[in-house]
This record gives sequence, structure tokens and C-alpha cells, in this order.
Amino acid sequence: MFDWLQHFADWLIYNVFNVGAETHLGIALNFFIYDTLKILILLFVIVFIMGIVNAYFPIEKLKDYLNKKKLYGLEYFFSSIFGAITPFCSCSSVPLFIGFVQGGIPLGVTFSFLITSPLVNEVAVAMFLGMFGVEATLIYAASGILLGTIGGWVLGKFNLEPLLSDWVKKILENKIEQAKFEEKKKTFYDRLPEITQAAWDIVKGVIVYVIIGIAIGAAMHGFVPENFFNQYLGGGEWWTVPLAVIVAVPMYANAAGIVPVIQVFVAKGVPLGTAIAFMMGTVGLSIPEATLLKKVMSLKLIAIFFSVVTLCIILSGYLFNMLL
Amino acid sequence: MSKVIKILGTGCPKCKSMTGVVSEVVSENNIEASIEKVEDIVEIMKFNVMTTPALVIDDVITIKGRVPSKAEVLALLN
Repeated sequence: MFDWLQHFADWLIYNVFNVGAETHLGIALNFFIYDTLKILILLFVIVFIMGIVNAYFPIEKLKDYLNKKKLYGLEYFFSSIFGAITPFCSCSSVPLFIGFVQGGIPLGVTFSFLITSPLVNEVAVAMFLGMFGVEATLIYAASGILLGTIGGWVLGKFNLEPLLSDWVKKILENKIEQAKFEEKKKTFYDRLPEITQAAWDIVKGVIVYVIIGIAIGAAMHGFVPENFFNQYLGGGEWWTVPLAVIVAVPMYANAAGIVPVIQVFVAKGVPLGTAIAFMMGTVGLSIPEATLLKKVMSLKLIAIFFSVVTLCIILSGYLFNMLL
Repeated sequence: MSKVIKILGTGCPKCKSMTGVVSEVVSENNIEASIEKVEDIVEIMKFNVMTTPALVIDDVITIKGRVPSKAEVLALLN
């Protein structure tokens, strides 16, 4: 599918820039150009598709659906899936959270959504597809959804409502009607330029991270000795998965920047399961997210939320390493 | 009559671009309107919107969760 891109990279580096195909520099540059272009194309396509989904996704109807239907536990699963397909903007997480809880959706189900939403997002999926291929991407997405389902269900077992911020509790007591909403219907054709623009804006926003990530990855490919991580992280000792996750959680790395680095880890001998767990720790939980959530919940609730999710990520890391 | 425009958003990039679009439309067309940015989440939730940024004109929510084009904002204000 990307053969033409490889030809282009070969032509550009070996013929136009005249860097030898046998030199280290030539190989590194070729790799860099090919990977960067491939990732940017994938990113744009996937972000664009998600933009279309987002434009027509009836989030209010979803809320009513989750609230009214008796789903016998499946509501956690649905909520998690919805979290995966709605594009995540960190600034919307708090209004979404309150909107869900206020709509009468149990806190645990809301958490399912909140866990999966940053974990399985369009940027992460595009990067995974570009660096690891289809199979690994499906595993990543499926496990993210599963993790949200289980994490939300576990959190739902605790009595967490008293740990919400006071003003949120007040909102929950007196239901407020939504302010009047009027929107003119627009055709798909009308909205297309807007969706394209939004997709382009997202890609523009992460280009720098993609380039830095791939550059670090390319440099590591060249300088980190083969089997380096094998000695420290890849040996399969029981503590490697928790260590990778605990290091990852406070880190706030853009999925666009972290995936190319992880790819090198895997190429140098880190098991894929450990790498996926690390990735989930960085994008799924972070200090900035905790600061946002601080507005709607107490520190204790944030701590419980983070611990449960961290534990789930560690367990899924073990599971992958056993299965893969 | 002067219109009251409120832009709801916690200060993310999308909210800033919406503010930019709206204030350009207002100044370019000499529309009589006041623009207020509502950044406090407690205030935002009083409108009960789930996706930001949202555009509120004279207490009616007209756009949620996306950045509108200039032409669209102009049509809403007229």
C-alpha cells in the first residue's frame, strides 16, 4: 500500500540528495522520510474519518440510551466502545463527565467512558497502525475497550458518589434543564470543508511530536545496541510490567510522540505486552488529566480511579505477554 | 438591539479559535454585540452542554462542540 512512498523516499535520498544507500546516514534518512510521510498520511485519513463520525455522533441520544435501557452489565461495554469512537478532547472530558452523571448514568458506567476515551483515540490508533501494523492495532484497541469495561465495572462496585466535588453533588440534586438549543441542519456537503479543516488542524498540532518521536526512534535504532532492553526489561521478570506502567503514568506524552519510541523498544527486545502497557500508562493516565478531574472529584476519588486503572493496565500487560 | 454573545469553553485551542472567529465576524460587520468568554466550568455547566466550545447567542445555544465558519456565525447573528 505504501510502496510508492518507499520509492519516493529512495529517489529523494539516494538520487536528489545523493546520499549513498549503503551509508548509515542514507539508511537513517530514508527511514525517517518514509516513516514520517506514512504516519502523516495515515493520521490525516483516520482523523478525517473520525471527524465525520464526530459530526454526526448523537452524544445526547447515547446518554439517554445508556440511561433508559436495562442492559444487564453490557452498559459498561457500550460506554467503553462509545469512549473509543468519540474523538477525545481533554477540555471536553469534564463537561461530558458531568453531563453523563447528571443524565442519571451510574458513576461506574461513566468511568468506563472516561477510561477508554483517551486510551483509544484516533491519533494513537493511526500511530499504532503505522508503526506496528493492523494486528497489533486491533489488539491495542480491543484491549483498551476491555480495560475500560472492566475498570468501570470495578469502580462501580465502590460507593463513590460521596467523593464527588460539592458543586457537582448540588447539580445532581437539582436537575437543570438544558438551555434552549437551536441548530440549523447542515448537509454533509456543507460540513465537509469544516471537517477537513478540523482534521488538518489536529494533524498540524501533532506534526512536531511525530517528527521528534520518529527522530528519537531513528537515532535509537542506530545507537542502542541490539538486545539492550532484553537485559533490563525484556527478560520477562515479573516486575518489568509494573515498573513500565508506574514509570509511564505520571508521564504525559502525546501518543504521536511516544509510539515511534516504543516501536524501537519492541525492535530491541521488549515484549509487545510490556510496551502496550507502557503506552496505555502514558496516554491513559496523566498528571494534567488529574488536574482537570480535580474540579469534579475529590483527591481520594482521583486516587482510587488512578489505582484501579493502573492495576488493570498492569494485569493486561501480563495477559498480553502470556498470549502474544 | 445589542446581542449578548457567550462563548463557553475551558480554554482549549478549539475554544480560542471559536472566540477568534466570532470576534472577527462582529468587528468586520459592525454588529452591535457584547462578547463574553465563560471559562469557569461551574458557569459552563449551568448551560448543561456536554461538548465545548459552545456558542450562546441571547441565551440560546446555537453551536456545540465544534468551531463554526465565519459565514455560519454571520448567518446566526443576522
